[in-house]
Formats: sequence, structure tokens, C-alpha cells
Amino acid sequence: MLDIPILRWGKPYESLEIDEVKHFMTGEPIAKMHRANGGIIKRDMRQAQKARDTLREIPIVDLIERLGVAADLYENGTLPIGDGTQSPDEFAHQQSASTGLPEHMCKHNMSKNSFVLRNMQTILDCLTRGLPLEVLTRGWGVESRGVVVSYQAQTPVLAAVLPSNSPGVHTLWLPAIPLQMGLVLKPGPQEPWTPYRMVSAFIEAGIPREVFALYPGEAEAGAAVLESCQRSMIFGGTPTVERYHGNPKVQAHGPGFSKILLGDDVVDNWEQYIDLMAESIYINSGRGCINCSGIWASRHTKEIAQALAERLGPIEAKPPQDPEAGLAAFTVKGMAPAVWGMIEADLKEAGVTDMTAPYGDRLVEMEHCAYLRPMIVHCESPENAIAKKEYMFPFSTVVQCPEDQMLAKIGQTLVGTVITDNPQLIQAASDATHIDRLNIGPIPTSKLNWLQPHEGNIIDFLFRSRAYQVTEDRMPA
Amino acid sequence: MSTDSITAEVSASAAAAREKLDAHTREIVQWHFHESTGCPFWLQKKSELNFDPLAEVNCFDDLKKFPLFEDEWLRGGPVRRWVPKGLEGKPVYVFETGGTTGIPKSRMVIEDHWTDYEMFSDTLPDKYFPPGSNWLMLGPSGPRRLRLAVEHLCQYRGGICFCIDLDPRWVVKLIKKGWMEHLEAYNKHCIDQALTILSAGHDIKCMFATPKLLEGLCSALEDEGKSFQDTGITGIFSGGTEFTPQWTRFCVEEFFGGPPEESGIYMTPTYGNTLMGLACSKPVTAAENYKISYYAPQPRAVTEVVEFDDPTKVVGYGETGRVKLTTLTKELFVPGFLERDEGEREAPFDKYPWDGVSGVRPFREFASSTTVGVY
Repeated sequence: MLDIPILRWGKPYESLEIDEVKHFMTGEPIAKMHRANGGIIKRDMRQAQKARDTLREIPIVDLIERLGVAADLYENGTLPIGDGTQSPDEFAHQQSASTGLPEHMCKHNMSKNSFVLRNMQTILDCLTRGLPLEVLTRGWGVESRGVVVSYQAQTPVLAAVLPSNSPGVHTLWLPAIPLQMGLVLKPGPQEPWTPYRMVSAFIEAGIPREVFALYPGEAEAGAAVLESCQRSMIFGGTPTVERYHGNPKVQAHGPGFSKILLGDDVVDNWEQYIDLMAESIYINSGRGCINCSGIWASRHTKEIAQALAERLGPIEAKPPQDPEAGLAAFTVKGMAPAVWGMIEADLKEAGVTDMTAPYGDRLVEMEHCAYLRPMIVHCESPENAIAKKEYMFPFSTVVQCPEDQMLAKIGQTLVGTVITDNPQLIQAASDATHIDRLNIGPIPTSKLNWLQPHEGNIIDFLFRSRAYQVTEDRMPA
Repeated sequence: MSTDSITAEVSASAAAAREKLDAHTREIVQWHFHESTGCPFWLQKKSELNFDPLAEVNCFDDLKKFPLFEDEWLRGGPVRRWVPKGLEGKPVYVFETGGTTGIPKSRMVIEDHWTDYEMFSDTLPDKYFPPGSNWLMLGPSGPRRLRLAVEHLCQYRGGICFCIDLDPRWVVKLIKKGWMEHLEAYNKHCIDQALTILSAGHDIKCMFATPKLLEGLCSALEDEGKSFQDTGITGIFSGGTEFTPQWTRFCVEEFFGGPPEESGIYMTPTYGNTLMGLACSKPVTAAENYKISYYAPQPRAVTEVVEFDDPTKVVGYGETGRVKLTTLTKELFVPGFLERDEGEREAPFDKYPWDGVSGVRPFREFASSTTVGVY
């Protein structure tokens, strides 16, 4: 069993408070995680500037090169973790053990993270819109068109209070190191694995260890991170997003409520899109904010729901080692029955039909965990309460709604796939400020282009573009 | 841990302490249930009992005949129903708990808080809490027992106590509303008051502070380029479930500059509430991984660690259970109250030859809904 200490600017620290991580299905102990108290974090953050100073001594191009090495190490290497080592297979086993995600999905998420690391040069080029990267190091420089620009760092470190549900979110903080900012991570209670393995890969690849701080802990640790860092990401539910709305120090990532909208011009050919709808709902066990939780169309909605139910309804819970396993377990006691209780209450409303009901019970309770099998729910109206719900398993509503009301009724949408050739609908969707990522055409909601920003551009979050004037003699030759 | 680890000497002391507790229990029950000395609340309650406390309570274990004390009984007035006839005519204080919304729970006190803190005073080492020195009370103000008790402790030791203004009910509201910026600002407002007092030449050497405020003070001092040692404070007492071994170690190692023999700063935890008074701790040392074990001031108060499902049964030594408090003073009779905390049962030792409790933390069933350490 691994013993995993806190990492305080690269130095391991053994706490007197330790949590035991157990396998969700067998109860087998997997690791001992040391827990940080809030005071440690606040005190360490006094030294945050040193992390940026250290990284600024290494040119960004060199850091990007080391990230390429880290990508290989992360995906294929046996890396030091705590008092032991960890191979990729062990990583997948451990991550699966505490999150309930099938092991093959854990491995797939590893490749997503390493893909982002390998392509960091291109990603940064896109996110900065071709800015010479030295501008980010110095704070100012000259663009190729001869104009002075300034991007001033707003923080020496990027902090993240991470979730347990989707290992895919870790791609969001990966650019911090090549942007020469230290990393302060508070891992999700069930998912310490990706942050620890990634930091280990970074260190092995030659990134100085003193720029990393890892603080497993309870809510107090998360609060301390947010209080003491100038720029933090946090992942949570709608209340979390509302709490930090308008706070420039915090980028809050909440539920996705991602949707697929079928225009009237294509809806009669709905069968063509069943594969992409099913993929958007089901991939990664429906856990991500980019998974589709609502399909909206003006007609054929019952047939669409029926077809999706036939496709997804029969899927059974399988052991996490099974390469065919498509469902993640709920590992927190009582959570799955609670979710099922909320859904059952919503199903009682008139005009709401559980299309997956004929395929057996959805709630499957086991000794140490529980599963919720995929659900497709038909809604005759956007006003049905369940039409705006999202859950952490393959769950989607199919909502009947006239095309001219769709954009007004869908509500906040992280990824909106709008399948239409109607130029008015395309323009209206492009103008809709409540859709964050917009896909025009048959693109699964779950298919992200890493060259695009996600819920805000990280460059805009970490740097401020401002006026900077210099005399001619200071202009670079 | 088992009873095997308790020496014969401690066993003998424990037996004597138990005899004293039994005798004290008889005396207190007689006082509270006799028509000439008891308070209206218990005299009325007596008629609802299916036994006669005057005849059938002969030892501490007999208190199990009473139903558990419900602190809801303390909500609302008239508060005089709690004043024993035997103490009529004496000046009465009222201390409150809760009250962020709705009617708070009230406990009347005459001199208990003085007695409790005088007994606590006797446990403080003079080297770090020099007699005659002035104190800072960095904790709640308002209708709180703690505020007056700390001031009395300081006066009892010959000093003058400086206090801040702190309204814990407003703090709870800020937390519940999620107004974290306001919470930070209020915290800073409290710390600023402390810094002002400490900078004003009052020669303060001792303090009470809640863990959160102590941490905030240390941090604010570091912001000014100073350390806690620069304040000249050598003795601190603190308390609450946030006073964990890890937090203690963090303070000792990182804010104080080492254990008392190196830094000259001694901190002792306490555990208690308005109902009970306060339990003292065994000395907390690095050698024992900063383990904190509390011992109630028997026979005036008793802490037991009982089974979660059956509060009449204590758990084995080292085992986990819910904390149950019993208060046995002439001012207040609490025959078994289940605290909102859990912990492990600790064995008697020479200084405190009765059961203690360690690892105190919010009771698992309440933990998610309890707002702890608000000031």
C-alpha cells in the first residue's frame, strides 16, 4: 500500500492526519493519503513567488520540451509516488479503485492528458493567438506587426481545487508550467492519482520540484487554497459556480448541461445522428461536464428517445477490470440511491416518460458501491423539471421543443452541438452567450478540440493585457 | 489499549476517585431534588420520573436511571426555573449558546465559571503563565461564558484581561450565506483589534485564543515581518474540535519555533462547553505525536465515551464512541448529555485517575451539518 505525503513546494511532508483509500468494490486498502490542514497551505503560499521566479529562469521553449518528455513518462513510465513506485497499469487500477471508473477508461484518460502535454506548443500558440512566448516571461514585448504588447502575470501560481468525478479535467491546469507559473493542487478526495502522477512525471522530466505543491485534504484545505492564491480553478456544483460568479480570482467549473440541438431542416433524418448522440451521452460513463444531458428537437423526439433507449438501456454494470465495462460505480455510500430518488420524483410529472424502464432496474446496489444504468427520459415540454437536470452517469433527456424557442429555453450550456444548415439558427446559436463551446454540425459534445479555449481562455485568466509604452531606444532591434 | 496498562497505583487512585464521585453524585442529587434546595425545573421533572431520585440514586451509575438531558430544555424562559432554591438571592449570570437564528439556549450560572476556571488555573505551569501577568482574550464577546471565565482566570492569577469585540453569531451567518469575503474581513477586524492591544504596551504574557484566531494572529504577525515570539506571550490556552494533533504540531513547529523548552511558548488545549465547564489535557508532546487527551474536572463534571447505539454503555479503552457529559454542581445538574462530538476512550493516569477522551472531533452523523470553529 502506498503512503502518499503532502508535497510542500516539492518537499514531502508527513501529516498526523491520514486517510485510507480503499477499493470501492473489495474494500482492499490502496493507499494512505496524508491530509493538509489549512494553515500549512496559507503559510506555504507566502513563498509562491519563488515558484514563478524559478520557472522564469527556464525558457518557455525548454519547459515545453520537458513537457514532451513528461508526456511519455506519464503515459508509459514507472514513476515514484509517495514511498513507492507506480506503473501505468497500477495507476489505472488505483484510479479505478477509488473513483469507480473502469480501468480501460482510466487508461484512455491518461492518453488524453499526455496528448495535451505533447501538443503544448500548438495549444499555447492558439490560446495566445500567436504571441511570442517571451512576452509572457518578460511581461512585455513586440508583436510581429511591430506593436508593443504587454501581458502581465496576475499570479505567481495557478491553484486548482480538483474534483473526483472526471479525470479529464486535469488537462485544464497542464498549461500552467510552460506559462512559468507554479502549481498548487488540492486533489479530489477520490482522485489524488492524476495530480500526483502528473507532478511526478514533470519532476522526472526536469521541471524543478520546488514549483509544485500538492495538498490532499478536506474542505478546509480547498478553502485555504482559494483564499491564499490569486488565481484558482474550482470544480463543483451549481452553488459553487454561483458562489464565485464575478470573482476574478476564481474560475469556477460547474455542471455542463451540454446539449445537442437538432434543427427542423435535419430532424427528419434523426437516425443519422443516433451514433453521435449515444457517444455524447455514454462516453466516459457520462461523468464529464461535456457529456450530453439533453437532446432537443421539435419532432420525432419519442422515436429518438426510443432508439437511444434501445441502444443504451440494456447496458449492464461490469467489473472495473472488464475491457467492456462502460459504467462507473458510485463509490460514495448513499449517493446513487439519493440520485435515483431525485430522478424518481421527477419522473412522476405528467409528460415525462422513462424510455429505459423496459430494460430493467436502473439502480444496482452492491456491498460497497452502487451503479446507475443509462437512462433516457422523454419530455413533452421544456418546462418539465427533469429537462434541465444532469447527473453523473449516462443520463439524457430528449426534449420536444419548437425550434424557434430552443435557444431561449435550453439554459446554461457548456457544450452545444447544433446540427442544422439553417443560417438563422446558426447565427442565433453563435450569438447565444449562454452556450460556452459551440459545435456547428454533427460533432459529439464530448469531442474537444484542444486548440480551443475551455470555459474561458487560461491566458486571459492568468495574464492581463494592458498598455505598455517604451521609448524607441528600448524597442528590440 | 486495555486495563492491563493501568498500574496498581493508578487503579487504587481510580477506585478512590470513583468513591468520591459516587458520594458527590448522592450529594448533588439530594440537593437538586429536595424541595428546600432544588430548582423548579428538576422538582417538576421529578414528578415525571418512574423512580425517586432521593431514594434511588446512590452512586454515579444510578444516574443512568434518568433520561438523557436534552439541551432543548434550555431554550427560552423563564431562566429562573433553573435557579436552585438553595442559592436564591445570589446574583445570577446567564450565558447563551447558539442563537444565530431563533431563541438561544440559556444556562444560568452563579459561581460555577469562577470555580471551574480557578481549578483550571491550578493546572497551568507558572513558568509559562506567570502569576500577575496580563492576558489577551482573543475569543467571543457578548453573552458567552468563555468571555467572563477567561477574565476571571486572569484576575484570579493576579492579572488584567484585555478583550476584543467578536460576535460569533454574525460569523455563523456569514458562513451560511457564503459571504467568504465578508468572513475574511471580519476575521481581519478581530485580528486587527488583537494586534492593536499587543502593540499598546500592556505587557501581555498569556492569552486565550480559538485555533482559527490564533492562526490568524500568527499569520498577521508574519505579514508584519514578526513572529509570535515577538509578542512576548509565553502561555496560550485554546480549545475546540479544531484543536487537532496536526494543527498543534503545525503551530508548535512553524509559528512558535519549537516545543516550549526551545521556544519558551507553551500551549495547552481544553475541551468543554457552557454546560460542563472545561476539561484539561494531558501535556501534549511531539514524542506522543501531539496526541490530545482530555480529562474532565471530576467530580464536578464527568466525560464518558459511550456506544453510538447505547449511551448507557461505555466503550472499551482505545475504542471510539460518542462523548457523553455529566455535570454535577450545586448550580447545575445534567445527568448525561450526548455531545455533538466523538472520540476515543482514554485510561486513567496518575494526575487524573479517571477516564478521559482523545481524538475529539465532530460526531460523524452531524459532521457535515455542523458549523465548527466559528470564531
